[in-house]
Amino acid sequence: MNKNTRIIAESLKKRNRSESTFRLMGLLGIISAISFLVIILTSIINEGKKAFVSTQIKLDIFFDSKILDPSNSGKITEIENANYQTLIKASLLNFFPDVKTRNDQRDLLSMISSSEQENLMRTLTNDISLMNTKKEFWLKSSSKYDVINKNPEMIDFAEEDRLISNQQLFWFNELKKDNRVNFGFNKIFFTAADSTEPEQAGIWGSVMGSFFTLFVTLLLSFPIAVAAGVFLEELAPKNRFTHFIEVNINNLAAVPSIIFGLLGLAIFLNVMHLPRSAPLVGGMVLALMTLPTIIIATRASLKAVPPSIREAAIGMGATKMQTVTHHVLPLSMPGISTGTIIGMSQALGESAPLLMIGMVAFIVDVPESFLDSSTVLPVQIYLWKSTAARGFVELTAAGVLVLLTFLILMNSFAIIIRKKFEKKW
Amino acid sequence: MKKTILTATLVAFGFSGSAFARDQIQIVGSSTVYPFATVVAERFGKTSGFKTPVIESTGSGGGLKLFCKGLGTEHPDITNASRRIKAKEVKNCSKNGVTDITEIKVGFDGIAMANAKAGPMLELSLKDIYLALAKDVPADPNGDTVKPNPYKMWNEVNPALPNAPIVVVGPPPTSGTRDAFNELAIERGCKKFPGRKALKKKDKKLYKKECRSIREDGPYVEAGENDNLIIEKLVADPGALGVFGYSFLDQNRDKVKAAKVDGVFPEFEAISSGEYPVSRSLFFYIKNAHAAVIPGIKQYVAEFTNAKAIGSDGYLVSKGLIPLPESDRAKFEKAGKSLTKFDGNVLKK
Repeated sequence: MNKNTRIIAESLKKRNRSESTFRLMGLLGIISAISFLVIILTSIINEGKKAFVSTQIKLDIFFDSKILDPSNSGKITEIENANYQTLIKASLLNFFPDVKTRNDQRDLLSMISSSEQENLMRTLTNDISLMNTKKEFWLKSSSKYDVINKNPEMIDFAEEDRLISNQQLFWFNELKKDNRVNFGFNKIFFTAADSTEPEQAGIWGSVMGSFFTLFVTLLLSFPIAVAAGVFLEELAPKNRFTHFIEVNINNLAAVPSIIFGLLGLAIFLNVMHLPRSAPLVGGMVLALMTLPTIIIATRASLKAVPPSIREAAIGMGATKMQTVTHHVLPLSMPGISTGTIIGMSQALGESAPLLMIGMVAFIVDVPESFLDSSTVLPVQIYLWKSTAARGFVELTAAGVLVLLTFLILMNSFAIIIRKKFEKKW
Repeated sequence: MKKTILTATLVAFGFSGSAFARDQIQIVGSSTVYPFATVVAERFGKTSGFKTPVIESTGSGGGLKLFCKGLGTEHPDITNASRRIKAKEVKNCSKNGVTDITEIKVGFDGIAMANAKAGPMLELSLKDIYLALAKDVPADPNGDTVKPNPYKMWNEVNPALPNAPIVVVGPPPTSGTRDAFNELAIERGCKKFPGRKALKKKDKKLYKKECRSIREDGPYVEAGENDNLIIEKLVADPGALGVFGYSFLDQNRDKVKAAKVDGVFPEFEAISSGEYPVSRSLFFYIKNAHAAVIPGIKQYVAEFTNAKAIGSDGYLVSKGLIPLPESDRAKFEKAGKSLTKFDGNVLKK
């Protein structure tokens, strides 16, 4: 063994040790990243899954024509405007005959969500033969009872810390003993928009808002970005000016998104006088934000198309435009679409720029067009998070789950496209 | 491809130009009035047949700024405020053509100072609050001269208070809660010093500056226009004290407890009787020129000023609003019906 090999052999142990430390560090990094993810996801899922069901209370409702149609006219309009609260109250008082004072009756009635009055009205007007009959209904409880029912540990809280009084808790437990309380699928969450009552608030309004906003974003940013990418990559002369543009596009991709919001406020609202809170403006702002992402993706996938394809096309007598539209662009489409979808999912999760153009607002009506006021998913989550009522905590988490689902769907769609259509040269 | 680009350009520029027709009321303004206005808006949308108004929570100052930008459907119709409009804002409004507005007072709100349940029980006086939070505090016992606020611990302000660092989480300057807090707590604490009070007569501008400014050296933490965030910060840090509206205190009694101010807890009766010192009025302002153009404004105002909503048994009272005396409410209900023009001259210049 000569001197050199001895030195190497001696140092081997030390080198092996640092090798394994290096490995360990990498592993630790991965483990901590995964555990953070698991912790975040489990806490969100644990809280959020509660919002998908809601507490229901079984009551026998008697459609009393004396209350609903006192003049016995049989007119639908009269029946529509009747006081359905009285029906619910009568049914509750039937169960708790001892409740006499007006305040107690009001406390008792607050157990049922006020949205159920409208539901009863719908049921009756759809089937008028129910008049003067008794029917069993599972009525949605108001949010306070829902929260107590979902978090049983709150029952042991002191009365002033609990959301409902001892008396109200007693009534609720009586109904429970009679098997009149259960959980049902929270349909409202998937069909309604925002509300001040947690049990009546839903995510659908902001899903539609996000849809309209992203549609405008896609419509604007995709063609403009692809055109810009093709021009810069295929047609533009390589000179100082185009180089300057290139550098700036890359810079633009790193600009904080709130800046685009300010730009939107200054140009789209103050100069062009477009309406506040509209998905059209939101989509335009997000399109500005998404442009650089798609341009960069377009250029990268154009670059990946081998020059031999272009040369062959030109050799066959194709013009530059024919080369691009017939060969290069179709071949780079998988890459461009992937980049676009990634850009879109970025836009889906964006809320800061929308703050400036009034999309952070309380909106009850589900938007139906590009000009209707609306919010988007991340903004709805933010709004619920900043509301006082306790029932919104689980809605916030459920909103995050819905947003995450959409993001995962979009990203996996991007992966599928890439896997399926990407060509390796 | 060509076609898509063409359509896209059309979408982008075709709409520019004149204002849009709008059939939905747009409301901006105070985050304190927001939880009440949203409830009214929702009921209004359900029962009236009009579209539900859109409400943005921008803070009183931010709301009035947007409100005063001009007439036309691209500007909001109503702004909520947790303080009265200022003479400066009236001037700014009329400069942009917004001369005809109606003022509606909807109720009172107490500004509570509260800390986490786990924290110590505090009894503050207005003077303590002033000394702990003002930018400049009296350098001599009489208050003739000032020095930058040196106090870091509560017991330096008042030996009866705990030996704990001063940490107060509260709203930023755009918030009406902040304006009201400066005026109702800080300034009144300031006035307890004879020298400061004398300054008011001598140099009003300097007095305002020195008696209404909150320190910016750390102990006062600005938390943004989000009272829920303040409550969460309080829970995370039991040593901190928060500044927010009574309705938020009411909704979060399981998490925070209020401090006594001048010996009084911020309770419903104490605020409505005026016994609790830090209470203010809540308002909204209507752009009268819009009432003829945007459908439903008058009906919305009627819904908001109705006894059903803000009367002593109204549904907003159960949400934490402290109602006006019945005669005042009736007066504002009438003002809302006739859209009585607000006279800016009643404001202090």
